[in-house]
Amino acid sequence: MQDFGSAFGLAFGLVLSLDPELLEIVLLSLRVSLSAVVIACLVGFPLGALIAITRFRGRSAVLVLMNALMGLPPVVVGLAIYLLLSNAGPLGWLRLLYTPTAMILAQAVLITPIIAALSRELIEQLHDEYAEQFQSLCLSPLQSVRALLWDARYGLLTVALAGFGRAIAEVGAVIIVGGNIANLTRVMTTAIALETSKGELALALALGMVLISIALGINAAVMSLRLTASRHAFA
Amino acid sequence: MMHNHRRRLFTPARAIVLFAALIGGAQALAEEAILVQSTTSTQNSGLYDHILPQFTAKTGIQVNVVAVGTGQAIKNAQNGDGDVLLVHAKSAEEKFVEEGYGVARFDVMYNDFVIVGPDADPAGLSNTEDAAAALAELAASGSVFASRGDNSGTHKKELALWQASGVDPANASGGWYRETGSGMGATLNTAVGMGAYSLTDRATWINFKNKGDYRILVEGDPRLFNQYGIILVDPARHPNVKVDAGQAFIDWVLGPEGQAAIASYQVDGQQLFYPNYEGPWPPK
Repeated sequence: MQDFGSAFGLAFGLVLSLDPELLEIVLLSLRVSLSAVVIACLVGFPLGALIAITRFRGRSAVLVLMNALMGLPPVVVGLAIYLLLSNAGPLGWLRLLYTPTAMILAQAVLITPIIAALSRELIEQLHDEYAEQFQSLCLSPLQSVRALLWDARYGLLTVALAGFGRAIAEVGAVIIVGGNIANLTRVMTTAIALETSKGELALALALGMVLISIALGINAAVMSLRLTASRHAFA
Repeated sequence: MMHNHRRRLFTPARAIVLFAALIGGAQALAEEAILVQSTTSTQNSGLYDHILPQFTAKTGIQVNVVAVGTGQAIKNAQNGDGDVLLVHAKSAEEKFVEEGYGVARFDVMYNDFVIVGPDADPAGLSNTEDAAAALAELAASGSVFASRGDNSGTHKKELALWQASGVDPANASGGWYRETGSGMGATLNTAVGMGAYSLTDRATWINFKNKGDYRILVEGDPRLFNQYGIILVDPARHPNVKVDAGQAFIDWVLGPEGQAAIASYQVDGQQLFYPNYEGPWPPK
């Protein structure tokens, strides 16, 4: 159990010394996962809202599929994106394999179903309350979607955080499409995997603690933003 | 539902510009860089951290290394996802060149494989230098063996040794023969965790920090020789291969400076890799 003790020490040392390599890795992790969340939200929110307010044949099949895709294995997503972006693949000419962009793409694919499915759930409940009002106002579906998304914004923030949590924590997809290249595509999770495979367990655990602290910090920041905004709204 | 129109800090146009900068960021200043598909053993041992800065300082060429098992590295290179291949499975490398994926193969360096196990050595392997006999003994004793099981260079070597020992471990898969399907370091972690014997390259072993009470039990058998080779991916097959920069790297690694850099890499006072390119220079 001495690994835990030395991991705490190492984690503090790394953070206090502002180790430049660690800083680079942390910044890349944030850049990749935040970008992926933005993309996933741009696709997932409207998609979830649209499915929430429309009724069509095969809708329940779509819902089952969306919910099932929330459990997409990161390795499978990574492999699929690798095959697409590989030089031998259909999108090889984009030269994106082993770049942060490829990692963003993989994580966006991974979390879009989560964002879409959770926002569908959230917005469908809201829509049940609003449906009559919308009908009396004769709103088009597009107008309804906009109004619902705006009114559900605080709940959607939590949905986005769920997506972010999944993105920043996954290793299977980014290690395949990013390659864990030092100073280029190495993020927190792949660095932890590398240190573990070197047997540097304390250092790996220390990096894990830093990762958890960052996730904690982001969640706290978003939560306080939300509190300030809602106070402002009701003032 | 109505929201008042406050002055907006984030106009859509600004948000898009900001986001594009976030996504595109690092690619803006791409100096010349090559991609090397290589093995976990060379990366986990710290060799690249030692030699690559010397090459980059001299040529200005950045070397990006993707470290995976030899089998996967070869597969990636076949797909054209890499400029240079540096791995350790000679027959697979020669096949790679024969099939037209690589220009030519050169010996770079060598070290050796060792069989490691718990200090108590319940199967009594430390009495022999014969690696195949040791494995046969291990199988007879029923002790647990952790295999890479991932088609890597080390895995191929292990399978060759089993063949020489006359034992087919496939029958014991899931029993005393445990295939981890992972890299060298991960497999060693697993082996130490379950008290299993394992085959590893010496460089990874020396650099491995989670040894517990493990030690080297079998070494010195000529069959445990571990040769690394380097190959330029064939531009005729994959036109995007950076021929000049890739060849510059190969020339440097096989030249006096690269070979000296490899020889000078030590961990705990032990040399990890022995350079052994013996052909003409520049290599043809």
